[in-house]
Amino acid sequence: MALIAIVALPALAALLCWLSPFRKAGWHITVASQFFQFGLAVFIAARVIADGRLTGAAGWFEADGLGALTLVIVTFVCTLAAIYAGGYMSHSTKGNLWRFYAMYNLLSFALVAVPSMAGPNLTWVAMELVTLFSVLLVGFENTAGALEAAWKFSVLTIMGAPIALFGFLVLYWGWHSGAGGQRETWDALRVAAPAMSPALLRLSFLLVFIGFGAKTGLAPMHTWLPDAHSEAPTPICAVLSGVKTSVPLYVILRFLGIVLASPGARMGEWMVVIGLISVAIGAFLLLQVHDYKRMFAYSTVEHMGIILAASGLASRASDFGAVFQLLNHAITKSLCFYVAGVVLLGMGTREIKSVKGLLRISPFAGGILLFCALAIAGAPPFPIFLSEFSILSAGMRAGHVVAVSILAALIVVAFIGIMLHVNRMAFGSPDLPEVHVTVPHSCRIAVLTAAVPVAVLGVYVPGPIHSLLILAAQQLGGR
Amino acid sequence: MHLPVGESLNALCAGLILICAFAIVGTRQVQGVRRFFILQSILLAAACFLLAWDQRVADLWWLGGITVTAKVILIPWVLKRTLAPKLYIRRELSQAINIPSSLLFALLLAVASELLVGPIASASGNPVIEINLPIGLACLLIGAYSLVARREAIPQLLGILAMENGAFLAGIAIAPTLPLIAELAIAVDVVLIAVIVGLLTRTIEKTMGTTKAAALSELKEEIVEWR
Repeated sequence: MALIAIVALPALAALLCWLSPFRKAGWHITVASQFFQFGLAVFIAARVIADGRLTGAAGWFEADGLGALTLVIVTFVCTLAAIYAGGYMSHSTKGNLWRFYAMYNLLSFALVAVPSMAGPNLTWVAMELVTLFSVLLVGFENTAGALEAAWKFSVLTIMGAPIALFGFLVLYWGWHSGAGGQRETWDALRVAAPAMSPALLRLSFLLVFIGFGAKTGLAPMHTWLPDAHSEAPTPICAVLSGVKTSVPLYVILRFLGIVLASPGARMGEWMVVIGLISVAIGAFLLLQVHDYKRMFAYSTVEHMGIILAASGLASRASDFGAVFQLLNHAITKSLCFYVAGVVLLGMGTREIKSVKGLLRISPFAGGILLFCALAIAGAPPFPIFLSEFSILSAGMRAGHVVAVSILAALIVVAFIGIMLHVNRMAFGSPDLPEVHVTVPHSCRIAVLTAAVPVAVLGVYVPGPIHSLLILAAQQLGGR
Repeated sequence: MHLPVGESLNALCAGLILICAFAIVGTRQVQGVRRFFILQSILLAAACFLLAWDQRVADLWWLGGITVTAKVILIPWVLKRTLAPKLYIRRELSQAINIPSSLLFALLLAVASELLVGPIASASGNPVIEINLPIGLACLLIGAYSLVARREAIPQLLGILAMENGAFLAGIAIAPTLPLIAELAIAVDVVLIAVIVGLLTRTIEKTMGTTKAAALSELKEEIVEWR
């Protein structure tokens, strides 16, 4: 039931926001529904930790470790972004806010639907809905820049749809001719994979990887990402960068688990190579950005590459690192965008060189900017350091010395890139000392709440989260 | 090769669908691209009905019906409603790559897809798969290519929808028993693509006065632009 409720709730909220008597209350409806959703996700995760899996309707709605983890990540980020939107949107837009909240709820509906689906075909449908609703939200502000970003975003990511569909049809063919009768679910596919034709599995994985890789923002199909993530309204950037990129990656990881279960279809090495290319492109572009929202967007390309490379290493320990990184990236990156939005509201510019001495102008904004930059770059007491370290050490132990050395070097480059820019923004003396940064109340609450797990997870991972991560890692197919 | 009637009619449809894909790449007029897309969708539905009758798969009757409703009726209607007529009579003179080289390239893509999936298809021993799988992949790739070669928004959108047609052509051969609920959801999704991208095109046209995708080039890095 919980699995059906978590999908139905945001759809209902979207309908309420759209009905005219409730239009004024759009924000309250959205925040309330998101809170419930987060509660349901925690409940689902608890059940999955206890029983290994949760079935909403057999063959349609099912959640295992990886699905429950993704649900928790998605609802956590969506809840805080909704709270944040209350203060941010009323300060920055004159558009119809009820339309914004209706679309926001639709996007969150599609985002929770992807990990709740038991079979690949409906997962594809939900993933397409994610893309379509985010296109609307990227172009929400109707400026020339926002529309251009929305267009590039829609062409590149919607083009992935038929390619991935072709892949899923080939997968169904392989399933049907290899295993036969039952309903095609992710779980049944994992069991049947060794009996399926490796050539068909390879072909279908390749097509799905191209289609959904474009949505994840993996190089060389990442060009839409910095545009969309810098032009969209900030709460949407947090959702897009934190979870909209992780959700197609979740599908790729799940599919990779199936492909790795088939001894004939070797794909792990390729994932490492493609992941490293994304990390390299993200890291080097980080050195030359001029816009701090684009900076965080390139860092997303880098982190998606790290997760993909880690899952390609295909050992138990590196799989744990990959899902841990998935969680850490989502919570840290959404915090980064909340802070970027606060800076943007206060300073009115996205240019790095126009922002100086932020610590003196606003100790709150400057301090939390430094905090989240250190966290996303992977400095020691933060969770991303932990997950990156566990990926690197797992790779070393499995004997992938070359790949691990390249990955470590690129992570250092990205660290330098981010800290170089953020140093300039936070320290020094401000050019315009009279600027006064006011932070809306709801934004302050969202930023402080989002900072809590980022501060805590690096030094202490609670038992339930640890067991959820271990369950999720089992779906990735490492040995 | 000697084929029974149903299968050879299916092969005829598949061939005509591939020709439509070429025509979509090779037509200048936006209106023409739209007509070829509709023709391609009609042929797809025809292939679907043929296979339903020939192979006695009941689901394919439904699928053919869904295809006609979604792609022959709903999508053209949606595009007509959202987009101003003047966008259709436009002739597209500035293509990124000229038409003869485009057609040559499309031909190469068709040959490549036969080489790529031909062995897998013939291993299945099913004559329908042997024809529909490579042609479906070829339509998918040619549609993707037309996205690169085209500069107007509407032909780009129709290119995406033509890619979907390619995926479906292969789908009716390799996955005829796909659950209907999935097929229906996929069809709704495709119509939504047309609605949302159509609305976006209209907003762009209103705000900027052009639908040339090439005119949208404000956002880029100052030093290096990765493409």
